[in-house]
Amino acid sequence: MNRNRKRTAAAVLISVVIIVLALYFLQRLLMPKYMTDVVEGAMVAEYYDEEKDHDVIFIGDCELYENISPVTLWEEYGINSYIRGSAQQLIWQSYYLMEETFTYEKPDVVVFNVLSMKYDEPQKETYNRMTLDGMKWSRSKIADIQASMTEEENFLEYVFPILRYHSRWNELTWDDIKYFWKRDKVTHNGYYMRLDVLPAENVPEGKVLADYKFGENAYYYLDKMVKLCEDNGVELVLVKAPSLYPYWYDEWDEQMVDYAREHNLKYYNFLKVTDEIGLDFNMDTYDAGLHLNLSGAQKLSSYFGKILAEECGLKSRRGEAALEQSWKEKCQDYEEEIERQQKGWE
Amino acid sequence: MLFTSYEFILFLLIVFILYYCIPKRFQWWLLLAASYIFYFTSGAGNLFYILFTTISTYYFVRRIQKSKDAQADWLKEHKQALSREERKAYKEKCKKKQWGLLLLTLILNIGMLAVVKYTNFVIHNINGILEMTGSGSRLSFWDIALPLGISFYVFQTMGYAIDVYQGKYRAEENFFKLALFVSFFPQLIQGPISRFDHLAKSLYEPHSFNGKTVAFGLQRILWGFFKKLVIADRLVVAVNTIIGDTASYRGIWVFVGMMFYALELYADFTGGIDITIGVAQTMGITVTENFIRPYFSKNIKEYWNRWHITMGSWFTDYIFYPISVCQPMLKLSKASRKRLGEQVGKRVTIYLSCFVVWFATGIWHGASWNFIVWGLANCVVILITQELEPFYRWFHKRFSVDGTFGFKLFQVVRTILLMSALRTFDCYRDVPLTFRMFGTMFTDFNWGELFSGALLGLGLTAWDYMVIVIGFFLLLGVSLVQRSGSVREKIAAKPYAMRFVLWFGLFLLVLLWGTYGIGYDASQFIYNQF
Repeated sequence: MNRNRKRTAAAVLISVVIIVLALYFLQRLLMPKYMTDVVEGAMVAEYYDEEKDHDVIFIGDCELYENISPVTLWEEYGINSYIRGSAQQLIWQSYYLMEETFTYEKPDVVVFNVLSMKYDEPQKETYNRMTLDGMKWSRSKIADIQASMTEEENFLEYVFPILRYHSRWNELTWDDIKYFWKRDKVTHNGYYMRLDVLPAENVPEGKVLADYKFGENAYYYLDKMVKLCEDNGVELVLVKAPSLYPYWYDEWDEQMVDYAREHNLKYYNFLKVTDEIGLDFNMDTYDAGLHLNLSGAQKLSSYFGKILAEECGLKSRRGEAALEQSWKEKCQDYEEEIERQQKGWE
Repeated sequence: MLFTSYEFILFLLIVFILYYCIPKRFQWWLLLAASYIFYFTSGAGNLFYILFTTISTYYFVRRIQKSKDAQADWLKEHKQALSREERKAYKEKCKKKQWGLLLLTLILNIGMLAVVKYTNFVIHNINGILEMTGSGSRLSFWDIALPLGISFYVFQTMGYAIDVYQGKYRAEENFFKLALFVSFFPQLIQGPISRFDHLAKSLYEPHSFNGKTVAFGLQRILWGFFKKLVIADRLVVAVNTIIGDTASYRGIWVFVGMMFYALELYADFTGGIDITIGVAQTMGITVTENFIRPYFSKNIKEYWNRWHITMGSWFTDYIFYPISVCQPMLKLSKASRKRLGEQVGKRVTIYLSCFVVWFATGIWHGASWNFIVWGLANCVVILITQELEPFYRWFHKRFSVDGTFGFKLFQVVRTILLMSALRTFDCYRDVPLTFRMFGTMFTDFNWGELFSGALLGLGLTAWDYMVIVIGFFLLLGVSLVQRSGSVREKIAAKPYAMRFVLWFGLFLLVLLWGTYGIGYDASQFIYNQF
């Protein structure tokens, strides 16, 4: 009897182990790897591999991770920066990423791109996934999921992503095997590099809107960002990247100017200084004005780096041996990527 | 709360854990609370209807029971003093009173069902008549949503009332126990239509945790999920594409839609019932089977004895038999035999009773003409089959085909085709359109389109078709094995490793191939809308 019980217990235990392992491996296999084509989903997770003592953290959407080059900031100003961005990153997602970041490090400055102020409600599940799947589990992630979910989504599918990605069984590629355990880096300190050029020839005018006022929810999270930065002794800087589209309305800009004034924040609308930056939208964009290419990003970073150094008082950290060594390797990767993309063209 | 939703699984898990943790005497109370919570999630307003049915049935059926008890006591007390005639007269008087109470119960509840379910149908028809007569006035439709499962619980409760009236068993004395019988959540929204004497005992009695019963229940739920999520909800996409574009999908596509719908409906309805029975079984409760491999039937009559069994038996017991033996019908039978002769005369009442039953069956399924025509078409086919019975017997004898595998297969395929053809009324939901589309099968010879890749234009990928084919063969295989006994029992007799592989394999198939989550429209069970 006793022996039988032991055998049953052992069988149950082995079954449970097999079930858990099988489901874990299946889930890992089925989750998108974001290593080719759409790489934006891999960006958020890359941060956790970083040495976390940055001077500046950029938080926002594609207008940051495609327009600012931390390598340029390091090379020209000795600023150690990182971009925590993902595709269509909504303001509450930026807030919770900021909150999570502060549990790891307290940078001197956080730069937030204000384009996402235009969204007041959850948008698309696909983009939510790209931001949220890569986050490590924390209270910030839970709150982020709750704030981001569209009506069709379910919290359980974030806890057990296999429930979300189960239907990928017929879309699996070699990449899913290749990147089963490890991931390649897709960014350079959060910067997504593109070298190609597509001139901005026909930039559409913004449509007339019924109401230009940003939503309450957007302001709510902006207020929370301001408070969070205050509580952590971090300077919050607001920026509007020089992307020609989506259209940035003057009415929106006025609201940001007013908000910055009221809260004693710095706000830079780079759309108004494109000539000063030296941007040429025939050469410095790879998708007709939506995002900058490497050339444009380097120009913008060079311009903004000066502001960060002079107006935010960031000192060059060149000379810190460990940091120098780390950036040396990063710069090398950066150059190799440039070479790789150039070769790809040829 | 859809059976296949995460919410339902979570709800079930909580109920299940509590069920075996609380003292046994409170188990049925928990089920009652769970049932009302479950029903509440379908809309707070729906509670009014189920409470109305429960309260009215409890009150009037208890009065019927009291009348019966008083009748028995009085007769016992005055046994010696009364003559046979006096006893008969007293019984008649009591019966009349009990009949009145039953009638009131039926009118109130069937009336409520009729009002919420058929008012707009009546208005639609009146407006149609007004339009035909050239009148400019129209009646406005009533803005009311059909309470979930109302057709099921009203029929189940009325069955109980009639049974008590007929003296099959005593009325339930505990109001809350009756409330549980009416609202038991696994079967509340799509049946089966249980009988009180079958369900009540296992519903109210305490249950100890039994590993085998729970495992069997979970296995049945898993199988139901497979049918619903892997097969039915995949096929629904193609079916909706075909019936949604009648200009493009004609001829062979009507046939394809018809066959796809036959499989979809089977997987959907039996899958739902598997979940119902499985959920009940995990709590030690036995719910009546509703299907016995209906697509293996050799004729339509057999089919209806194996498909939605509890509904069929309800109509037989509570409509067909009472109508057949009621006084006016007996008089009609006598008169028709006298005038038309024995052979033809005896058929008149049978035909009439059949007609009423199938009309009721049709309209029970939905308040529209397509369901009524579908019901009557079933009636016609059954009666024709009955009339041709001598011919069939002669044919079987003459050609010695009876019992041969080939002929059995032919009969099965014939029944499936016939039933599927009748269901096109259900697909198109419009009688003239159904006839037109059905006709195109014989006028539009576009078989070639099937092989031109157009099947992939129905909203399903090649992978989906692969899953459907595998699912179909799995269903077929299980049904074939089932003929010689319970599949779960057979699997349970296998070594542990094999059992584990089989059940975990099925779980993985549901997990991976199931049409749930983002990108899929969670489909309501087809029978939930009845």
